[in-house]
Amino acid sequence: MKKILEVTGLSKIYGNGCPLCIEATGPERDTNLCPHCGSVVAAHDVDLELGEGEILGIMGESGSGKSTLVKLLYFDETPTGGRAVFFEDGQEHDLFALNAARQRRMRNQRFGMVYQNPHLGLNFNISAGGNIAERLLMTDMDHYGDIRGRARELLARTEVMLERMDESPRKFSGGMQQRVQIAKALATHPPLLFLDEVTTGLDLSVQACILDLILEIQQELRTAMIVVTHDLGVIRLLAGRTIVMKYGRIIETGLTDQILEDPQHAYTQRLVASSL
Amino acid sequence: MQPILMVQGLAKNFMLHEQGKRIPSCSEVFLDVWAGRLTALVGPTGAGKSSVLKCIYRTYLPSAGRILYRDQAGHVLDLARATEHEALRLRAGEIGFVTQFLHCLPRRSALNVVAEPLVAAGVDRAVARKRAGEMLSRLCVPERLWAVPPATFSGGEKQRINLARGLISRPRLLLLDEPTASLDPATTDRAVAVIQAMKTEGVAMLAIFHHPDLVARLADQVVELGQPSMTLAEKES
Repeated sequence: MKKILEVTGLSKIYGNGCPLCIEATGPERDTNLCPHCGSVVAAHDVDLELGEGEILGIMGESGSGKSTLVKLLYFDETPTGGRAVFFEDGQEHDLFALNAARQRRMRNQRFGMVYQNPHLGLNFNISAGGNIAERLLMTDMDHYGDIRGRARELLARTEVMLERMDESPRKFSGGMQQRVQIAKALATHPPLLFLDEVTTGLDLSVQACILDLILEIQQELRTAMIVVTHDLGVIRLLAGRTIVMKYGRIIETGLTDQILEDPQHAYTQRLVASSL
Repeated sequence: MQPILMVQGLAKNFMLHEQGKRIPSCSEVFLDVWAGRLTALVGPTGAGKSSVLKCIYRTYLPSAGRILYRDQAGHVLDLARATEHEALRLRAGEIGFVTQFLHCLPRRSALNVVAEPLVAAGVDRAVARKRAGEMLSRLCVPERLWAVPPATFSGGEKQRINLARGLISRPRLLLLDEPTASLDPATTDRAVAVIQAMKTEGVAMLAIFHHPDLVARLADQVVELGQPSMTLAEKES
């Protein structure tokens, strides 16, 4: 396996923090809120590895820290500790040590993000095509025709009707907004994609189409992905390996079918047993 | 000739934390599997036959014992201790598993479901679809069903799709868990022919069959579970 990402000791505390925060929170304490200082330990000491073209699932309930994790890696939030190294063409990029300009470059060109809430990923004041153009303009592309051509290509690939590419995504259905987000995320051929609850809240038939699209993209482009979801069905269909989180900690990792059929931790057993 | 798989003293227990219970599934399992031969696992319901296969495929984490697998490059590794990435690499290229149940993406046509393992292995989509069609024909799945997603298929049709998908990628080691449980006799004969052909091509197989007749027709070795000690019996030919 060729590694694309290695995360060690990644932590995020919201609030001032105190020396007791870590021992007073976590799965054993049944909270992520420090009773001494009121800080929230959203993620603590998270280690993970991702191979090229691999899909890693992160599952857990609300408040488990799974979304925080991808937001840290996508520079939406700043970690309070830990390290993440991105590997490309024999080079190692220590993500949190990069300066702001280089972090922006990483985010715009090498990573892609699809949020549960399309408002976070899309600008509703410009057209669907414009959203993609915006991302392409941050690369070396500056020819109008090239940019428009690439936007058309991406929207066609994600099955968004091209007649509507000049409309604002505001008028689109939820499923279509997710497709535009995926097209936008893919615009720069990123080798690494973060997907945060992308099918949550969509109709079942629309969910199936989006999942199908994601798998096709992974097979065609060999894009590595981190898929955050509380939906065990999504995990089963997409991820080869899965991490289970609770109150900011990783409590179990394994092959996805092993996590679902032979879960080791009491919490995972309960989670799997209660899935529909 | 050396076996490609050697299971030595394998045991699997489940710890159910909620109930504070430890449930034993199988223990002291010894068996060997050779290239081009089929080892059949037999024993009463609940003897842990499926658990043995799932431990080898790493769907279950073995509780004790060794699962020594000789890979394509000739390296021997213990699947009970292999890393997740090693297990995924072997699943992608060397070890296949056909169960009784079909798990697949909704809305994908039967043809694409069957072609999927080849596409994932890097085979051109058109070529993969062509080979998927050939395999479906061999298992007598009528062509009018190829474009339909298998969700609405009958049990027997689903099982044939599942079997086609499991057999198409020609793994080095194939694990079969009652692959013909809901097939009619004529279709079972077709499946037996495909399995025979794969044996001739050198695929090593470890299988559970619900019907003793199939063990007689296909097995080169029979291993009986349910007794604590080593029970490897050579089938008389």
